[in-house]
Amino acid sequence: MKSLAELEEIRKRAAAGVTLRKEENGIRIVVGMATCGIAAGARPVMRAFVEEVAKRNLENVAVVQTGCIGVCRLEPIVEVFVPGQEKVTYVKMTPEKAQKVVAEHIVNGRVVSEYTIGAAQ
Amino acid sequence: MNMDMVRGHVLICGGTGCTSSGSEALIKEMETQLKAFELDKEIKVIKTGCFGLCALGPIMIVYPEGAFYSRVQVEDIKEIVSEHLLKGRIVKRLLYQETVEEDNIKSLNEVDFYKKQMRIALKNCGVINPENIEEYIGVDGYKALGKVLTEMSREEVIDEIKKSGLRGRGGGGFSTGLKWQFTYAAEGPDGKYVACNADEGDPGAFMDRSILEGDPHCIIEAMAIAGYAVGANQGYIYIRAEYPIAVKRLQIAIDQAKEYGLLGKNIFDSGFDFDLELRLGAGAFVCGEETALMTSIEGKRGEPRPRPPFPANKGLWAKPTLLNNVETYANIPQIINNGAEWFSSIGTEKSKGTKVFALGGKINNTGLVEIPMGTTLREIIEDIGGGIPNGKKFKAAQTGGPSGGCIPASLMDTPIDYDSLIQIGSMMGSGGLIVMDEDNCMVDIAKFFLEFTVDESCGKCAPCRIGTRRLLELLTKITDGKGTMEDLDKLEELCYSIKASSLCGLGQTAPNPVLSTLRYFRDEYEAHVKDKVCPAGVCKALSRYVIDREKCKGCSLCARQCPVGAISGTVKSPFVIDQEKCIKCGACMNACKFQAIYKK
Repeated sequence: MKSLAELEEIRKRAAAGVTLRKEENGIRIVVGMATCGIAAGARPVMRAFVEEVAKRNLENVAVVQTGCIGVCRLEPIVEVFVPGQEKVTYVKMTPEKAQKVVAEHIVNGRVVSEYTIGAAQ
Repeated sequence: MNMDMVRGHVLICGGTGCTSSGSEALIKEMETQLKAFELDKEIKVIKTGCFGLCALGPIMIVYPEGAFYSRVQVEDIKEIVSEHLLKGRIVKRLLYQETVEEDNIKSLNEVDFYKKQMRIALKNCGVINPENIEEYIGVDGYKALGKVLTEMSREEVIDEIKKSGLRGRGGGGFSTGLKWQFTYAAEGPDGKYVACNADEGDPGAFMDRSILEGDPHCIIEAMAIAGYAVGANQGYIYIRAEYPIAVKRLQIAIDQAKEYGLLGKNIFDSGFDFDLELRLGAGAFVCGEETALMTSIEGKRGEPRPRPPFPANKGLWAKPTLLNNVETYANIPQIINNGAEWFSSIGTEKSKGTKVFALGGKINNTGLVEIPMGTTLREIIEDIGGGIPNGKKFKAAQTGGPSGGCIPASLMDTPIDYDSLIQIGSMMGSGGLIVMDEDNCMVDIAKFFLEFTVDESCGKCAPCRIGTRRLLELLTKITDGKGTMEDLDKLEELCYSIKASSLCGLGQTAPNPVLSTLRYFRDEYEAHVKDKVCPAGVCKALSRYVIDREKCKGCSLCARQCPVGAISGTVKSPFVIDQEKCIKCGACMNACKFQAIYKK
C-alpha cells in the first residue's frame, strides 16, 4: 500500500459489497416472486434490476422479493418504494422495461407511467 | 459473474459459540442448496464473527431484508432457500421472536438486546467477513493507519489517544495515552516493541476472542498505529492456543495485510516499517499478567517479576515495550477516524467510551454486549440480558472474574465504570459478567474462584502459592459445615495479607471474590457456620434429602433409582433415606411422582 488514493480505490470497490448490510432506509425495488410471478418471467426481470443497479453503482437501492401481490394476470409485478413518496406499481415487466425503470425512475426520479398499473387498467 | 451483481447476503455467524452449535454445517448446506436452486450467483454467503446473542445460536441474518434467524438447524436451510431466498417469503417460524412485530420485521436496532448497546469495539463483528481484508477496507478499515502515517506526527497521535480518555480494557484501567507516552519517551536505541495481550483467561470472558474472530484487522491496524506512535517496528500478539478460530483468522489477516502492503516495509510510502507475529500461549492464567506474558513471549517459563521497571522502560528482551489488551486496541482506529472528542463524549466523567461484557450464568440472553460506560447493572441484566430464566430472583453479579467481586441486588443501580466498581469492592477486569440467582451459594462461588486461582498460581511467591491454598481450605471447611466464627475472621485477615504481599496482580486480587462475598453475603457464611445450613441448598455436606411420610405412597420408585441403595422400606408404607449412605445426588427427588422427597 503506497498511498491513500490506493486505499480509497479498494474501499470504494469493497464498499459496494457491504452496503447491502446497512440498515438504512433506501429505495426498495420489490419483485413479486410467487409461482404466478415466476411463471410469468419474474426471475429475468429481477436479475435485470440487480444487474442494472450494480452497473450504475447505485448505493442505497435494494432489490428484494415478495410473494404474490394479488393481480396475477398482470405479473411480473414490481413495486418501487422511494422513502417519503407513494409506492409505484409496475406491471407486465420485462428485463428491457426494468432497465428503463432504473434509468428513469430510480436515477432521474421520473415515474415511467406507461408501465404502471394505472396505465394497464 | 462479478460480485457486484449479488442481490442478497446471508450472514452466518462463525464465532466460537455458533461454530460449536453447528454453524459450519449450515454454511455448507446453504451453499449446496443455493447451487441446487441456481441462486449461488446472486446470493452471497458470508461467514462473520459473533453477533453477540450466543444463546440463540446458530444465528443467520439475511440482507437486504434484515431477517434475523435464530437456532437454525441444517434441516431448515432448504426451507429458507426455497421460501425466502427464491420466493421472498420470510420463514417466520425461524425468526428471532423479539424481532417480529405483528406482520413486520423490526430493525435489529429496536430489539431490546441491541437497543441499549453501542458498538464501537464490536462495530464490525457480525457485519464483515473477517477472512477478507477488502471487506474490512470497505467499512473504512486501514483509513486510520493511512491518516496517521501521512498526516499526523507521532506526538499528535499520542495526544489524540490521551485526549480521548481511553483506559486499558484488560483489567486495571490505566490511561492508554499515558502508557503510549511513557513508551514513546523511553530510550530505545536498540528498538522497541508493541505487544497485544490476547491471553484472555478469566472464566466466562470471551470478548477478546470474539473481536479477534470477528474483526482481526482492526487489531492489526491499531498495533501498527501504536508502533508508529511509540517508535516500534515489531509487534507480537500473545494469544492462547485454546482459541483456534481466532488464531487461524489472525494469521490469515496478518498474511493479507502483508500482501496488501499494510504490514511490512515503507507502509503508505511514509518510511515506516512494521511487522507482526503471533505467539501462542499454553493457557496459563498468570500469563495474562504483563510481566509474565512478556517472559513467556521470550520463550521462558511464564512467571511474573516485580515492577518497576515497567514494560514501558524494560519489557520484551529488556527493551521498551507497549502492551495493551485486545479490546483497548479495538477502540484505536475509531478514535483516530472520529476524533478524541467524539470518543470522550461517550461514557462517564472518568470512564470514557464503551465496555464489552460477556454475559453468562443465570441470564436469558447469554452473549456479548457492548454498552456505554455508566450503564447500570440493572439495565444490562433486565433490559439487555432479558432477565433471569425460570422466574428466579436475581442474587448477585460477578464481574472481573477471579480478580473481581460480587455485586449484590441492592447495588444493581450502580453505574458500571472503573471507579464505581472498585468502590463497591469489585473491578471491571476484562469484562466477564456472571449472573447468579437464588439457587447459587455465595460461599460456594468464592470457593470456585479460589479453586481456580490455587490451580493457576505460578508458585513463584509464597503469599499467593500458600495463602490461596489456605484460603481454599478454610472455605472448604465452611462449606463442609465444620467452620467456626473464628475461621471467618481468619479468612478475612488472610485475604488482606495476601493482597498486601503478593508479587503480581494474580495474587493481589485473588482474595477479592472472598472479600466481596464476605462483605455482602456475610449472613450466608454465618448460616454455614452457625446453623450448619446452606441457604441455597448447594453445599452437599449441609443438605439432606428427606422423605415426607405423609406424602409417600410407598411405590419404591426412589429406592430403585438410588445408585447407592440408601433408601429402604416396605411397599405401600413410607420409605426412609439412610443419611449415612446418601451421596446427595438428587436422583430420588427427580424420580418421585408425588413430590414426597424434598431437600433441606
